[in-house]
Amino acid sequence: MRKIVSLLIAFILVFLPILSFSGCGYTYADLNLIGTYTREFEGTTLNVYNWGEYISDGTDDSVDVIKEFEKLTGINVNYSTFDSNETMYSQLKNGGVAYDVIAPSDYMIERLIREDMLANIDTSSLSNFNLIEDKYKSLYFDPENKYTVAYNVGLVGLIYNTNVVKKAPDSWKILWDKNYQDQILMFNNPRDAFAIAQFLLGQDLNNTDRPSWDKAADLLIDQKQYLQSYVMDEVYGKMETGEAAIAPYYAGDFLTMVENNPDLAFVYPKEGTNIFVDSLCIPKNTKNYDAALLFINFMMEPDIALANAEYIGYASPNTAVINNPDYYYYDNEILYPDEATLPPTQYFHDIDPSVRNYYENLWIDVKLH
Amino acid sequence: MKILSRLYIALILVFLYAPILVMVIFSFNSAESVWVFESFSFDWYKELIYNGAMLTALEHTIIIAILSAVISTVVGTAAAVGIMAIRNKIAKSALMSVTNIPMMNADIVTGISLMLLFVFVGNIIGLKESLGFVTVLIAHITFNLPYVILSVIPKLKQTDAHLSEAALDLGCTPFKAFFKVVLPSISSGVFSGFIMAFTLSLDDFVISYFTCGHYQTLPIVIYNMTKKTVTPDAYALSTIIFVVIFALLVLYNTIQNKADKKGAVRI
Amino acid sequence: MKRKSLGSRIVAAPYIVWSAIFIVVPLIIMIYYSFTDATGVFSLANIAQLGKYKKAFLLSILYAIIATLVTFIIAYPLAYFMTKLKVSSQKMILMIVIFPMWMNFLIRTYSWISILANTGLINKFLAVFGIGPLKLINTPGAIILGMVYDFLPYMVLPIYTVMTKIDRSLLEAAEDLGSSALDKLRKVIFPLSLPGVVSGVTMVFVPSVSTFYISQKLGGNKTMLIGDAIEYLFNLGPDHYNVASALSLVLMALILICMAVMNRFSGEDEEGVII
Repeated sequence: MRKIVSLLIAFILVFLPILSFSGCGYTYADLNLIGTYTREFEGTTLNVYNWGEYISDGTDDSVDVIKEFEKLTGINVNYSTFDSNETMYSQLKNGGVAYDVIAPSDYMIERLIREDMLANIDTSSLSNFNLIEDKYKSLYFDPENKYTVAYNVGLVGLIYNTNVVKKAPDSWKILWDKNYQDQILMFNNPRDAFAIAQFLLGQDLNNTDRPSWDKAADLLIDQKQYLQSYVMDEVYGKMETGEAAIAPYYAGDFLTMVENNPDLAFVYPKEGTNIFVDSLCIPKNTKNYDAALLFINFMMEPDIALANAEYIGYASPNTAVINNPDYYYYDNEILYPDEATLPPTQYFHDIDPSVRNYYENLWIDVKLH
Repeated sequence: MKILSRLYIALILVFLYAPILVMVIFSFNSAESVWVFESFSFDWYKELIYNGAMLTALEHTIIIAILSAVISTVVGTAAAVGIMAIRNKIAKSALMSVTNIPMMNADIVTGISLMLLFVFVGNIIGLKESLGFVTVLIAHITFNLPYVILSVIPKLKQTDAHLSEAALDLGCTPFKAFFKVVLPSISSGVFSGFIMAFTLSLDDFVISYFTCGHYQTLPIVIYNMTKKTVTPDAYALSTIIFVVIFALLVLYNTIQNKADKKGAVRI
Repeated sequence: MKRKSLGSRIVAAPYIVWSAIFIVVPLIIMIYYSFTDATGVFSLANIAQLGKYKKAFLLSILYAIIATLVTFIIAYPLAYFMTKLKVSSQKMILMIVIFPMWMNFLIRTYSWISILANTGLINKFLAVFGIGPLKLINTPGAIILGMVYDFLPYMVLPIYTVMTKIDRSLLEAAEDLGSSALDKLRKVIFPLSLPGVVSGVTMVFVPSVSTFYISQKLGGNKTMLIGDAIEYLFNLGPDHYNVASALSLVLMALILICMAVMNRFSGEDEEGVII
């Protein structure tokens, strides 16, 4: 018995010094804040559930947004990430975990509102809400702007390695090109993957016609022989190292990748592409509503929004960022393309549950093939 | 033959350690990649200090491993003693079969069935969130228990039942008889059960994945990392853990060898 | 005397309650989900849907069998050779073999990507000689390799444990009777080591047949094994819990059948071999 105890003590002694290091090291930025932030929620916990790689986190000399918020308000932020809207939904729906702030995409917000899972946000109580550009207020999924505050705007496009793909592609067709067999990556989630097939087939992304979905599934099955793998955020490593040559992914992430691999290039295919808005929302089962409002207001602070926009690389809906000439991606043609030259864009909508169920099952067929 | 067999052993060890070697090497990479080695640096070990999420997760992992191992060792040892005392053959074998379930079953099934239970109960009693520290601890205790029980039972079978009877005849309370007579003779089984429970809990991913909620353990955080780009700081942390456990094992073995030489009771 | 045994039985009570609540009840809930639809009404629709997953089941079983077989072929000689070493070196090698189990298996599996990738270590090495690049990653072979690698210690340990317990005098007797080394292995050592083999096989087969991490990372998400299917469905939300539960139930039944078959092989061995 003595041995067990001494073994454990040794174990703890070795690990404690490592643990006690956590927290130091980061030097706080000198922020200019517009809003006021009370410390009345000091000591409470705020659970934030966000996409992976979707907040400025202090690496590479960036601002650590979470730490700054914690220092300012005394609230402990418990930050976790998801890699698809569906995973986020699943976690929220079964009541296993409660979150206070989430960042789903448009169609998922529509579904969450329909299923009465979001809490109201009185935007007039958010002092920074006027910074959000008008065209990103009251969007189709939240027509009265009662539940959401736009966080990021994005478009899907093709990323390719110019060392391998010599001639700039202009169509999603290249994802079916056998010359690039085993060098092609594809979205590992049904909605994004089907969208590409649907653009190629000239279908509406939100159609409810089952045979159309079948056709799209056939196209995806046909594509499988050329694919290296299905990926989500694994795409970074694979494209940056040259492991793969072509991938459809979000424009903002391309800008992060190209910093690490200058051989990469990006294009919006002519068939059209998906546009999306990810917004901050508060789920109904929140345990810390007022702190969540504080956090959302903080995320819209010009300095914070700028740090996030530069770190994440997605288009910002925040006028304080877009109109700031010092913004790293100021007027960047990939993030803020000229709408006249841009191929047609479509939003996802939450479609009828039986059709949703249908394509979610079709995805299994694709994977099982 | 001798050389061939040694060569074979060496080959397998190379196979077992190749990925670990890769991990150690790339933890010293100056670049952000775990594929392309640029130059030697300690940057990722420094970076680790900034990575609060990973260190919190490590803390969670250690807390859960210690608590679940201690609780399952106490409950499991008591259970083993109790099971051995059951005379009814059917009851005994039914209990043993139930005990075998978490050990034999696939982790994913155990994890999902527990999650369904927790969520079900959580919904009934109207919890805002049903998963967290308590549920992951319960889950770990549940899958640790069979290992403790099955490592204690063989030792109980080996101990002489007359010993404890003698102790009782000499006026010991059953409680005292257990601690003075039975426990010393099964201590090696209890100890190996404890170590096994601790190890299993430390390394568990699948069951925690379904039951941990916000209380994320290290394997969960690493899983989330491998869904995007793994930066070498995950390798750095694993290398530190590797070195620590290696040192502990060497320490433990030297202590044990010394004890062996002294002729003390071996664990 | 009576008082003592009563007291002893009572100490099992916490465990009995625990196992009823956390082992038996969850399984009952899972069965309930398998036979109801999303609204809680009795339904056989989930069971009817299982046919769709036939390929996932067959693939999982096939990969798991191959992985178990390969693991056995690697582990058996290793365990045998280990018993031939000095006791102190046996202990050391054993420690070295188990040691990777203390490392996070996700990280160990992930490291294989660096080794097997098109731009990985093996292909870089081959490129020096102008060979390749070979397609190693994102193949069934890579998935099986991952299984073999992750679960090898589970095979080595029980076999080694049983082998060390084989009575030396039996081997000497066989030698005295003029058995060749091969005969000795075939007729004496192997039959006696069978319980270890059986528990090794189950300990490798079960995690292999139900894995979802290995197939995702080393298979490039291109194959859907049964574990992947269950994980995918659970991540779609509670509407899909019913089918996922039905799949889990079938997986469990499958494993139990395999166990029963394996236990036949080892004869009656109530507790199996545990390390």
